[in-house]
Amino acid sequence: MQMPEPDALVLSRRDAIVAALRQAVSDAVIDDPAETRAYECDALSAYRCPPLAVVLPRTTQQVSQLMALCHQLGVPVVPRGAGTSLAGGSMPTADAVVIGLARMTEVLEIATGDRLVRVQAGRTNLSVSGAVDGQGFFYAPDPSSQLACAIGGNIAMNSGGAHCLKYGVTTNNLLGVTMVLMDGTVVELGGPMGEAAGLDLLGVVCGSEGQLGIVTEATLRILPKPQGARPVLIAFDSSETAGACVAAIIRAGVLPVAIEFMDRPCIRATEAFAQAGYPDCEALLIVEVEGTAPEIDEQLALIRDIAQGFEPVEFRESRSEDESRRIWLGRKSAFGAMGQMGDYICLDGTIPVSALPRVLARIGELSRDYGLPVANVFHAGDGNMHPLIIHDANAPGDLDRAEALGADILRLCVEVGGCLTGEHGVGIEKRDLMSVQYRPADLDAQMRVKDVFDPRWLLNAAKVFPLEVSASRRDARPNLPPDAA
Amino acid sequence: MRPDSEEALAACISDTREAVSIVGGGTRLHPGEGAGARLDVSGLSGIVLYEPEALTVVVRAGTRLADVQAALAAEGQMLGFEPLGAPGSTIGGVVAANASGPRRVQAGAARDALIGVRFVDGNGDLIRNGGRVMKNVTGYDLVKLMAGSRGRLGVLTELAFKTAPLPPLRCTLCLPGLDAAAAIAALTDALSAPFEVSGAAWLPDRGALIRLEGLERSVAIRADALRDRLAAHGEVVEVQDDPWLLLRPDGGDPDGDLWRIVCRPGEAARVLSALPAPVSMDWGGALIHLRLPADEMPVLPRFAGHARRITGAAPAVLPAPDPVVARLDAGLRRRFDPRGIFAGAD
Repeated sequence: MQMPEPDALVLSRRDAIVAALRQAVSDAVIDDPAETRAYECDALSAYRCPPLAVVLPRTTQQVSQLMALCHQLGVPVVPRGAGTSLAGGSMPTADAVVIGLARMTEVLEIATGDRLVRVQAGRTNLSVSGAVDGQGFFYAPDPSSQLACAIGGNIAMNSGGAHCLKYGVTTNNLLGVTMVLMDGTVVELGGPMGEAAGLDLLGVVCGSEGQLGIVTEATLRILPKPQGARPVLIAFDSSETAGACVAAIIRAGVLPVAIEFMDRPCIRATEAFAQAGYPDCEALLIVEVEGTAPEIDEQLALIRDIAQGFEPVEFRESRSEDESRRIWLGRKSAFGAMGQMGDYICLDGTIPVSALPRVLARIGELSRDYGLPVANVFHAGDGNMHPLIIHDANAPGDLDRAEALGADILRLCVEVGGCLTGEHGVGIEKRDLMSVQYRPADLDAQMRVKDVFDPRWLLNAAKVFPLEVSASRRDARPNLPPDAA
Repeated sequence: MRPDSEEALAACISDTREAVSIVGGGTRLHPGEGAGARLDVSGLSGIVLYEPEALTVVVRAGTRLADVQAALAAEGQMLGFEPLGAPGSTIGGVVAANASGPRRVQAGAARDALIGVRFVDGNGDLIRNGGRVMKNVTGYDLVKLMAGSRGRLGVLTELAFKTAPLPPLRCTLCLPGLDAAAAIAALTDALSAPFEVSGAAWLPDRGALIRLEGLERSVAIRADALRDRLAAHGEVVEVQDDPWLLLRPDGGDPDGDLWRIVCRPGEAARVLSALPAPVSMDWGGALIHLRLPADEMPVLPRFAGHARRITGAAPAVLPAPDPVVARLDAGLRRRFDPRGIFAGAD
């Protein structure tokens, strides 16, 4: 992975910069190389680079001081939530100060009457729901990493999850943020119902991958907890039939909270790993609906009628909490199970649901051409695919081959009308594929937004845009003033 | 100017030397908007792609809202955010205004259903963002930035939406006895329960209104539970007509200006107490429409939200925008419209 050369002037002033950071927030600076190594990558661990220093502030005010200082000294900043990004969104550069949100976990306000909660941005996704669970509410977006990932990172990547078919992704559940701009300015965006008087700045900040500012506090929409939920497992003898059944369920006007899809390689791996007792089939769907018991019955009856038309190998309706758990068990262990098969790259392309059969068939061909197994598990209701490319990271050339196959699959997603990433983000991982989806004018329009929020391109600058496309903007960065630090 | 293609529109924009005013149906203009040469986008119309099984529709900006709604209804679908439009309203205008109806409390706003845009910026460059899939985090989300931008950043040419199934059954419960302030508590109670309320509003002659939608048996179950829950607030009756259409604020009134206030429901009672009785209230109390004598400015308490005059002579927004937000706003406008030709959108 190509990264820009670190700024030599910044590196040469390392000690002075660390001293200045320490003066600003004495107890929060980490610069011992043994300790900064813990921050050399996020969950995209194939690429690593220890940062110049790490700072773990506790307040918006401290973040503001630190940002103002880095801005003044011309030091690049990389924001970090919990470090669970799968796209390298918080991978540092050697000349960068990582500002981490790990200590900012407070709940600032719970207002169930307004159906919102305000938290510091380092709080984990699941613990937001935990804070309002007793009042009968929950926070809907549920990325698989929800036990660990931070709300600030969710906002940076506009994270989704299995239940987003009904409840939307982060941007649909975010009402406001307190954000610190690169020059240290603190700004509040959003408002009641997420609506401000002028342009929807909150909307463009969400999903901007930590390039426009560091979100320190977030106001999140919470929802009353449903009275119950129940899944069914529907097994088919072909992926195409499973795909057609998804389309028919949606077409019929039922909107389940989740429709998950797994293909044979994925089912086989999870069975070996978790023994969920899944049927022997080419593809299966897990469909979950919510409501009171009679409401669930009504919806599941409709789904059963639709599914029968596709002659499923099995239609397994959960009758108890334990059966529900077992139906979800395989799906929830899928990623862990794949880890047993070898190293894997997890892709995140999204396609129109109508293109599903064609895309699955073509992925099979590409998999054979490259000689690398691909297993598919994904959110079928919204077309967000996660093909997993199995390879051996220690075998010479295997990673390169897997990445080339991954790039081909993502190009295929764009070709059929989809996109490169549905929920993981671009980061460094898909940065150089951006030109497949967007023309130069489209990319320039996005970079104009960064020009406004971060004119010197100091904040997480080597991400999202292909390096050659952002080069002139990044290089225009004024050098460290001679009298600084 | 009435271009009939994106190319012709781009040429119009690059060639113009004067300010332009983008007009769809002309039904959503606010005070101060509409100055400059008229740029009529009704030539850019028609549905480009509709995949009901993928819940996706792509439509050109000048298409009438009514035509889009009819095409979706024919397939048992709808725009989930329920835009209420006057005759002539176009889909581009809906997006430029981020116009969202009662179902916003459940389904989100226009910006939440919008998944892709094409627009021509002030340089005359065609820009695409998003696409036609529901989940897309590829680069910055300019889709949201364009929604509600009121023609300040560019001329919308094509829009992609996620659609929603039309619910088979709809039931409206009403608490006729409640005034606006008392209604807020009832609406909050309804929205805080797991009954998937798809409308929570108030009208002066009708009282508090709460809507449930879905499969037949499911609606019946939720309606019963909701009646029990709301009994403490007053008499609950079911209404047979469709009062939800009445929530579209009508524009012209010679006797005064219409104001639109967005606030937290928890602050609505305090905001209301400083003002004359509202014309309507929606989104569980978060959206208040009221009429004031022409040119009169409301005296508002400090609150987390904003008020905007939407009819009358001169623009007005209260409170004044935060200076940092204003700087970012102006910076974006300068970069998307360096010649200031969308000045007609002020």
